[in-house]
Amino acid sequence: MRVGVITFPGSLDDRDAQRAVRLAGAEPVALWHGSHDLEGVDALILPGGFSYGDYLRCGAIASLSPIMTEVVDAANRGMPVLGICNGFQMLAEAHLLEGGLIRNDHGSFICRDQVLRVENASTDWTAEFEAGEQITIPLKNGEGGFIADDETLDRLEGDGRVAFRYVDVNPNGSLRDIAGITNARGNVVGLMPHPEHAVEPGFGPDTAAAMRSGVDGLRFFTSVIQRTLAAA
Amino acid sequence: MPTIVVDVMPKPELLDPQGKAVAGALNRTGHSLVTGVRQGKRFEITVDGPVDEAVRAEIRTIAEEILSNSVIEDVVAIDFGDAELAADETTEA
Repeated sequence: MRVGVITFPGSLDDRDAQRAVRLAGAEPVALWHGSHDLEGVDALILPGGFSYGDYLRCGAIASLSPIMTEVVDAANRGMPVLGICNGFQMLAEAHLLEGGLIRNDHGSFICRDQVLRVENASTDWTAEFEAGEQITIPLKNGEGGFIADDETLDRLEGDGRVAFRYVDVNPNGSLRDIAGITNARGNVVGLMPHPEHAVEPGFGPDTAAAMRSGVDGLRFFTSVIQRTLAAA
Repeated sequence: MPTIVVDVMPKPELLDPQGKAVAGALNRTGHSLVTGVRQGKRFEITVDGPVDEAVRAEIRTIAEEILSNSVIEDVVAIDFGDAELAADETTEA
């Protein structure tokens, strides 16, 4: 199982995503935005960061990168694609996911350990969770406010395509507390919080058991491995 | 070289945190007459040659599909250098 992690100019969390893939038991493959080659990977991750300095709109210029042609084709063929933070913004700009992301309603960058409720546990990236389960992973963004018109929001909710919702605190003004969504097929998932930062004891969020012991993010990556192996 | 100006604004029904922050600062510095600010983007695009209908059509496409994101923003005006206000044309797409 090989999972590609695409590095764009200004990506920050590409190495962390590679590490998460490795800890979950798959082989990470570093891919480059300027290439047209997905190198035969089985799944793709668009990592967090500030590609192109967030110029124009967050993720907008990256969504026009050479490799995005192949990413869109692969996503439409059913390859699992996960967009984290800036990667979520790219998927929205590439129209692989609906809605858009705007500056946090309170105007400030926010960084916190965030509780989420898993609303859809049947996507390629959430299959190892229970529906309704609450997890804690880090969140860090300046432009994480998820918005869409009411009709789109109603459709996303009606189709069960809200993948994650913020619990306790809505950190950025996202409509209907939406933290992440999926496409209809369940292979493309985007979310603002960062599962790749909660994959190894000693480096994750605090839990009731011990400081920094949270590894709730690991199951995003084990989910896609299980799904891919089951389909093989 | 002709310059074409494209103005993009956040959709009116959406919260504009940048504009809100600017309005707050103006009020704090004593400009109490200001009741609201919305902040958008202005693009100045230079092209070679005359701004004919083909150029206009391509610029309208660029404005709608790349310079703005229709989920969160509107192209409110395109000035092709002859003071043409294109708000009515850009809403056709």
